[in-house]
Amino acid sequence: MSEENKIEIRNLHKSFGKKIVLDGIDLDIRKGESLVVIGGSGTGKSVLIKCIQGLLRPEEGSILVDGEEVVGIDEEQKEKLHSKMGMLFQGGALFDSLSVWENVAFDLLENKGYDKRSAKNEAIRVLRQVGLAPDVADLSPSELSGGMQKRVGLARAIASKPEIIFFDEPTTGLDPIMSDVINDLIIESVKGLGATALTITHDMASARKIADRVAMLYKGKIVWQGTVKEMDKTTNEYVVQFINGSSQGPIKVEV
Amino acid sequence: MILIKIQKFLRRQGKPLVAFISRLGEFSLFVAQAIYNCLTPPFYFRNLGRQIADIGFYSLPVVGLTTIFAGMVIALQSYSGFARFGAESAVASVVLISVTRELAPVLSALMVAGRIGAAMAAEIGTMRVTEQIDALTTLSTNPFKYLVTPRILAGLIVMPLLVLIGDVIGIFGGYVVGVYKLGFNPANYVNATLQDLQPIDITTGLVKAAVFGFIISIMGCYNGYKSKGGAQGVGTATTNAVVSASILILIFNYIITELFFSK
Repeated sequence: MSEENKIEIRNLHKSFGKKIVLDGIDLDIRKGESLVVIGGSGTGKSVLIKCIQGLLRPEEGSILVDGEEVVGIDEEQKEKLHSKMGMLFQGGALFDSLSVWENVAFDLLENKGYDKRSAKNEAIRVLRQVGLAPDVADLSPSELSGGMQKRVGLARAIASKPEIIFFDEPTTGLDPIMSDVINDLIIESVKGLGATALTITHDMASARKIADRVAMLYKGKIVWQGTVKEMDKTTNEYVVQFINGSSQGPIKVEV
Repeated sequence: MILIKIQKFLRRQGKPLVAFISRLGEFSLFVAQAIYNCLTPPFYFRNLGRQIADIGFYSLPVVGLTTIFAGMVIALQSYSGFARFGAESAVASVVLISVTRELAPVLSALMVAGRIGAAMAAEIGTMRVTEQIDALTTLSTNPFKYLVTPRILAGLIVMPLLVLIGDVIGIFGGYVVGVYKLGFNPANYVNATLQDLQPIDITTGLVKAAVFGFIISIMGCYNGYKSKGGAQGVGTATTNAVVSASILILIFNYIITELFFSK
């Protein structure tokens, strides 16, 4: 494993019953870079993230995070692994039984031994960082709009200062302007923490904006990877079809 | 030709059987994991407190109403039934035995299963389909310990307490009917009750209550935890939690009774 890679994925296979989702993925994510994985719906992007987090167990292959194997680790090692990861879920996945600040400060309260007052202060500080006023802190997540929920989700993901942050379709379901605001916040918070980021999306505007590097997933394989500049010049049929959003090409949509 | 037909037939019959057995295995693993996690730290005491309040305190009205009417109707029924043998005086002890051994634990458990089992399955199921359970994991928190363990411990602790209160209320219901409707002498009724009071009647009721509490929580949590497929999945999980808990309560009621009183 080279020093520069934060995450190294080799020959990763995962299937559900007879359906093969990941079919031999090889992918490196370098320390401090922002990698965006693009691909159509149902190509296994979320499954890839869940495998890296140890939420799903692949049948074959290896995933190294900081040089340590993730596949097949036990609960205790998993907790250690997660303490350096943060994740922004597609639907927010905020705990609706807790208030906004308790959501943001969850890890600080439960695992890092903060007392209530300092955890709340820290939560308010992070909320401000993502552009939310302090009076949001005491609301319940269900009282917030979609864009605000995304912000709170982002705040929760970065509150414990993780080394790796995952973004699962961060802009899906938001209007173009709010999408751009979220993109800016993602860039800001990732750079601010010096974290490594892995984003999965099919929103090309978002991908262009937040990516250092882009990888394209199709039929369980990485069919192309490179920088955003290279992406615009590439003649790779899959990538060209995907960025142009054309129904004609090698990618067949299963109806 | 016939062989192929037989093979097809067997395959058709076998499929649900295999599915059933694998589900049974999954459930057994879930129960084992639940018991293991109840015994090992960390414990989330705040969640345990909330569940105790939810299952216990807020179930009191339901349990009270259920047991008071059960006690009342037993007094009435046994009076009219025993009148055929001239054994009306046995009303007090019949109320005592039937309430403490059977009615308070079983009826309370069925009511709590409807109230709490459904709520658990719906809450945990919704958390599953909205990825909140995955979110717990990514925040270095074991969702099993955070969600399932407090509910199971609360069920185990709270059901016996509820049934104990139900015992008192049920016997009081019998007393009310006995004294004010059937014309028993209050002092005699209380005396008869106290004389017949055996510790074993109460303890079997409490043992049942603890087992039922475990069943309610585990069925609620299991069905919620394994639910998938959005709103419909959560609905199915809720129904399954209540139905399976109710049936298991009745089955285990018989088994425990057999263990204690079969001699």
